[in-house]
Amino acid sequence: MTYPLLRVEDLTIGFPYGTVVHGVSFDVHPGETMALVGESGCGKSITAFALMRLLPPGARIQGGHVIFDGVDLAAAAPHALRDIRGRSLSLILQEPMTSLNPVLPIGMQIAEVMRRHEGIGKAAARRRSVELLELVGVTDADRRYDDFPHHFSGGMRQRVMIAMAVACKPRLLIADEPTTALDVTIQAQVLELLDDLRRQLGMAVLLITHDLGVVAQWADRVTVMYAGRVVEQAPVRPFFATPQHPYARGLLDASVGHDGEAHYTTRRLNEIPGSIASAAGEAGCPFAPRCPDRIAACRRAPPVLTALGPDHNVACIVAAGTDHVAVDR
Amino acid sequence: MTGLGRAGRTLRRTAWQALPTMIGIIILCFFLLKLVPGDAADVIAAEAGSATAETMAALRARFGLDQPLLMQLLAYLDNLAHLRLGFSARFNMPVSELIMARLPNTLMLMLAAMSMALVVGILAGWVMAIFANRWPDRMLQVVVLIFYSTPGFWIGLMAIVLFSVKLGWLPANGNMTIGADLTGFALIADRARYLVLPSLALASFFIAVYARLTRASMLDVQRQDFMRTAAAKGLHPVTIQLRHALRNALIPVTTMAGLHLGNLLGGAVVVETVYGWPGMGRLALEAVTGRDFNVLLGVLLFSSLLVIVANVAIDLLHAWLDPRIEVH
Repeated sequence: MTYPLLRVEDLTIGFPYGTVVHGVSFDVHPGETMALVGESGCGKSITAFALMRLLPPGARIQGGHVIFDGVDLAAAAPHALRDIRGRSLSLILQEPMTSLNPVLPIGMQIAEVMRRHEGIGKAAARRRSVELLELVGVTDADRRYDDFPHHFSGGMRQRVMIAMAVACKPRLLIADEPTTALDVTIQAQVLELLDDLRRQLGMAVLLITHDLGVVAQWADRVTVMYAGRVVEQAPVRPFFATPQHPYARGLLDASVGHDGEAHYTTRRLNEIPGSIASAAGEAGCPFAPRCPDRIAACRRAPPVLTALGPDHNVACIVAAGTDHVAVDR
Repeated sequence: MTGLGRAGRTLRRTAWQALPTMIGIIILCFFLLKLVPGDAADVIAAEAGSATAETMAALRARFGLDQPLLMQLLAYLDNLAHLRLGFSARFNMPVSELIMARLPNTLMLMLAAMSMALVVGILAGWVMAIFANRWPDRMLQVVVLIFYSTPGFWIGLMAIVLFSVKLGWLPANGNMTIGADLTGFALIADRARYLVLPSLALASFFIAVYARLTRASMLDVQRQDFMRTAAAKGLHPVTIQLRHALRNALIPVTTMAGLHLGNLLGGAVVVETVYGWPGMGRLALEAVTGRDFNVLLGVLLFSSLLVIVANVAIDLLHAWLDPRIEVH
């Protein structure tokens, strides 16, 4: 097995009012697309920001390691971190409308990364930026170099963001819901572009999303988060064929189109009763209040991630068959 | 889309709007001034101690004050159309000469005060934002509050007491050392020394406003997504603040600065009086007490022109700062 490009170990993130991410662990291997899935508020975006140490004010990494390319980013010195950010590890944000600086020309914003990390001159950076704009499908790139973000549509801005993110040929690209703010047709184009670039540049992609359709189509492996914890990890195929965690099953049941016959015009969609807020103050499994399979032991302690098969882990004592262990304890 | 084309369009549009505005200002002010009891003849007669009815009538006839109101207005507008500002009854010289002698001083004072307000205010606001809610921020907040709540003329008087009377560092009155025949750098240094205190008095309130505004908008900008993008590029925090934050944060400040230029001219009346600064503000005050309406109208005309020109400059600055603002 190849050594992972990124290994997140027991990452715990907290705000002054409480812990929001509890001991999350996952790996990203070179060249693969790994999807981090969960509903709003499950801690997936905050996890992504923590990887680059770009947490919002107040949030803090309380424990764990983020080993990227042999360096623990959670403990790295600020200047070492700055050398990694934008060069071998880059980020695309959810909102293309606000993630570009509105008062600077887009070309300059792309060139800025290369001038920072590769120390190239203004003219060379401009040439490279124009090439990048062409690469991400911005037509008439040379003229548009001097345009400002407000001259671009949402999809085009996200392309500019992608050009900026891949400018220094990163080894890992973190994409935080890159298509959530875009039209469905544009979504597919942007994801296809990301996938093309992943193959061309040989980079890995950590795709943060709540869209299972996107996961099924574009990801190699998937990590499902619920209330700040990883509940299931699996390659995409086995995950969609036989999801193990009751939450993952609930998610798949709640989406349309996987078995062909189910459609919202012919039957009601299933839903997971309750909301993620019910996890608050839960001593045991955070999903227990909403879980159809819960047993008494679920309320005792949060279940640990248990291996079910090669590369398939689940944090559910019922699914993992460890419920008797928990009862014995 | 180029900067020059944009500037040209702004100037053309402004010229179209400025002309009717100024004529309106003149007509309005003319009638307002005529509502004030007394005229220049009264003041001159009162200062002389006594005057006969015949002398008064002769004075009025000489200044055209015996004409009906509308005729006086028409005569004034006719003068204006020929680019004449009339004659000052009080100073016994053409109004245009009077104003031209005072205008550069007022311009210098305004420019110095505005620059001081912007530079000090933005710097203070920036420091406050960087140290938000820590002791440098809290300390500056108190200073800013004092500047905000204290009238400029009082700060001016106290500055005279401290810097001129007690410490003897800076001159308290006037705009240059009289009789000192200076040239070159010495001249500039001499003028600058006289400029410091009046500028401070005039700028104090605006320093406070810009500091608060910069602090708020800098803090607001820190929360924007593009700041996270900039950090994700691996840029140094100082670069991020200078290149990405400051320009965005300055947009509200320049908007306010544009609105404040008029206030600054109003404040100049008080500050010029306190510091004996021979500017248009003091000229206006003297014109009011002397009922010298020709001078006052001239001052108002030039003041409105000044505000209009300054606003154009701010508009252009604004368009440069924020490319989303297109001049239509």
